[in-house]
Amino acid sequence: MDHLPRWADVVLVPLISLLLAAIIAALVLLSIGQSPVEAINVMVEGALGSAYGWGFTLYYTTSFIFTGLAVTVAFHAGLFNIGGEGQAQLGGLGVALACLFIPWPHWSLALIGATFAAAAFGAAWAAIPAYLQAKRGSHIVITTIMFNYIAAAFLVFMLVDVLRPESQMDPATANFPAVTQIPTLNQIPGFSLIFQKDVPANVTLFIALVMAVVVWALLWRTRLGYQIRAFGKSESAARYAGINPTKIIMIAMLISGGLAGLMSINNVMGEAGRLLGNSASGAGFIGIAVALMGRNHPIGVVLAALLFGFLFQGGAELGLWTKIPIEMRTVVQGLVILFTGALDIMVRMLLTWIFGLFRSHKLGAA
Amino acid sequence: MTATTANLGTGGRQATAAPFAIELKGISKAFGAVQANKDINIAMPRGTIHGIIGENGAGKSTLMSILYGFYKADAGQILINGTVTPIPDSQSAIRAGIGMVFQHFKLVQNFTVLENVVLGAEDGPLLNRSLTTARKLLTELAREYELDVDPDALIEDLSVGHQQRVEILKALYRQADILILDEPTGVLTPDEADHLFRILKGLKDQGKTVILITHKLHEIMDATDNVSVMRRGTMVGTVKTSETSPEALAELMVGRKVLLEVEKRPAKPGALILSVENLSVKDEHRVERLKGVSFEIRAGEILGIAGVAGNGQSELLAALGGIAKATGKMVMNGIELPLRGAGANGQARRAAGIAHVPEDRQHLGLIMDFSAWENVAFGYHNAPEYQKNGLFMDNDALRADARAKIERFDVRPADCWLPAKSFSGGNQQKIVVAREIEQDPELLLIGQPTRGVDIGAIEFIHKQIIALRDQGRAILLVSVELDEIMSLSDRIAVMFDGKIMGFRDPAKTNERELGLMMAGMAATESQKGAA
Repeated sequence: MDHLPRWADVVLVPLISLLLAAIIAALVLLSIGQSPVEAINVMVEGALGSAYGWGFTLYYTTSFIFTGLAVTVAFHAGLFNIGGEGQAQLGGLGVALACLFIPWPHWSLALIGATFAAAAFGAAWAAIPAYLQAKRGSHIVITTIMFNYIAAAFLVFMLVDVLRPESQMDPATANFPAVTQIPTLNQIPGFSLIFQKDVPANVTLFIALVMAVVVWALLWRTRLGYQIRAFGKSESAARYAGINPTKIIMIAMLISGGLAGLMSINNVMGEAGRLLGNSASGAGFIGIAVALMGRNHPIGVVLAALLFGFLFQGGAELGLWTKIPIEMRTVVQGLVILFTGALDIMVRMLLTWIFGLFRSHKLGAA
Repeated sequence: MTATTANLGTGGRQATAAPFAIELKGISKAFGAVQANKDINIAMPRGTIHGIIGENGAGKSTLMSILYGFYKADAGQILINGTVTPIPDSQSAIRAGIGMVFQHFKLVQNFTVLENVVLGAEDGPLLNRSLTTARKLLTELAREYELDVDPDALIEDLSVGHQQRVEILKALYRQADILILDEPTGVLTPDEADHLFRILKGLKDQGKTVILITHKLHEIMDATDNVSVMRRGTMVGTVKTSETSPEALAELMVGRKVLLEVEKRPAKPGALILSVENLSVKDEHRVERLKGVSFEIRAGEILGIAGVAGNGQSELLAALGGIAKATGKMVMNGIELPLRGAGANGQARRAAGIAHVPEDRQHLGLIMDFSAWENVAFGYHNAPEYQKNGLFMDNDALRADARAKIERFDVRPADCWLPAKSFSGGNQQKIVVAREIEQDPELLLIGQPTRGVDIGAIEFIHKQIIALRDQGRAILLVSVELDEIMSLSDRIAVMFDGKIMGFRDPAKTNERELGLMMAGMAATESQKGAA
């Protein structure tokens, strides 16, 4: 088979897929009597047109980087972790417990403590499906999906019956102490020149970017990453090499769950300041699309997270400023996932054919 | 053998008068910078068996893929029965009367033979009519060509040899006049291979043209009328089989003289390295596959394990290599190694000085998606020389090491960044052998060292094994190629049904005796002979 040049595979295929998704989305808008031009204007203006808009886009991006990296690490071990949603919610519980019950002297210490709590709770939630996969052969896709529901139910129980202050009506924890409030971008010296209004994006963004580098180094520069990737590509060969399957499954899933859990520093600690039900609000699932579109590489994950951050924020703006229903946001996300994930093989085949024509033309001319 | 070839030669001459079944004129095909086929010309007379040989990567498969419509040639013409026939896809190839039997069968495992034969060539929306015609045809073919297969058997219940017959039946059902077989005997036992060649001769006698792609010289000599030799994308010559010799063909293939026999000095067995007692292995269905095997290997000695594939050899290697759980006793250099539990794994075995070239390089020995340099560390990724700063792997050291090994073992192309799957089978094997031999192990386990490997590389790998032996290392060689066992081993153990049937001195035995032992027969008789 003829192959695509690498640049075309990495850059051209996702771009064309995105373009196709945009065209279909435009057709959907036209069919409900709305103007696609107006919609894209509102989305770009609202998500990227101002520092304020960027403040929201980057906030969503931060969450998606964590959940995208979580899926990526598991994927390289040949494991499809669909449980990012539940792991992120448990991470939120960890953050809440750390913020509510430990008297932190300063936000920076609270941040470190909450980071460990979030990662530990997320990892613990992933550990059970991982153990069942490694020892009992229960398929990780099934168990992680089920654990999302268990997590949701468990959180409702914790919020309603355990953590809710007595006088409060809604199922949520009390507000975290003010000292645990981590700086948002507009509160950071230097960045405050750009972000003049209050934005939800916060220092967690930098943790996310650091984690992207850490994940890259882990997978492609360390012995553990080597073993994870070897196991993910061929379990039988890994056994031959004396790589312990149980160990790799456990470690990869603990890292994956920990990364998913980390997202809750962004939304629970950085934004809400208390733990609410359904705190991950779908970011765990978006992480699957982000990893898929980012080709399971940290750089791709960061870029894809930015795209989905834009779609999330832009979509919200649509609901705010136009007659386009907010559900359109879900439609656009669905189309992007469909084209960049499921249908990109179609685009790739088309491109391979076009490149093939181009090549034989060149040969004929020579 | 000479009588057979003479017969075939006559057949070939008679057929030359008829128009050519296939003519390829000036076929060229490039993949990027690699010229896979360069100006290929062949003419194959109707009613002959035409062999195509060449090393792995010589361009045989590309040429056949062009003929079967998988690739489009950059230049050149294909003539079928004297008329120019463009073949843009495999449907056109089938219409032109070309049938292909692939190395890896393309059968639906849980369909019956009949359903597989008809699949894709049904002559209507209702299956019944096609199935009835197919059943009739199958019965006729079975009678005519010894192509008997139960039409109602499920593919998954058939032996490999029978599955291959289904592939041939599929092609004949589609009215193929020209049959291409790609490395057909790689998966067959000697008996099944003989049967296949009888079938091919029957087809030839009916006026069909057979193209046989192989790199086994004795098959070419036994079965073909004419033979074309390819080397690095070019056709270096087409000769009548009756007018050539294996040595001449090997030289044409490789471009230099090749030693078909291994040169080695007598072994000087030294200290006891490995002793195995009563080793047994059960598979996942708790069926005993290895049944209480005992043997010893000394330094500077090659113990060859002969046997038909599937008689416990794979389990023996897996148990010794730390991949499968086993019972019994394994003592290496006086130290007993655990056969199950935490200490029984590939890392522990490597630490004990055991290197392992597995039988299945694609599923065990290599990570096919990893680059060559990543594969060079595979299994030895914990070695201190591959680490730096206590935290990271020293990828520069890995690449330097890979480049050195690639050069010493003449791996082609010499590009350590290429993924393992992009190398030919022979070069993949060289990567594995280089990795394992260069560890300078006390004991080398080596399974099917030359399976799917071309002649030039076979010679090279055999020399490496002998060299390691001469350095005083112990070697356990498992191979289904009896020639290989007989020429390399210092002692031969024959396995049948999970047991060792007996040990033989290669100088004092012959293929017939070993063949009987491999079939589980004459064990008692041959033991008497040994006593």
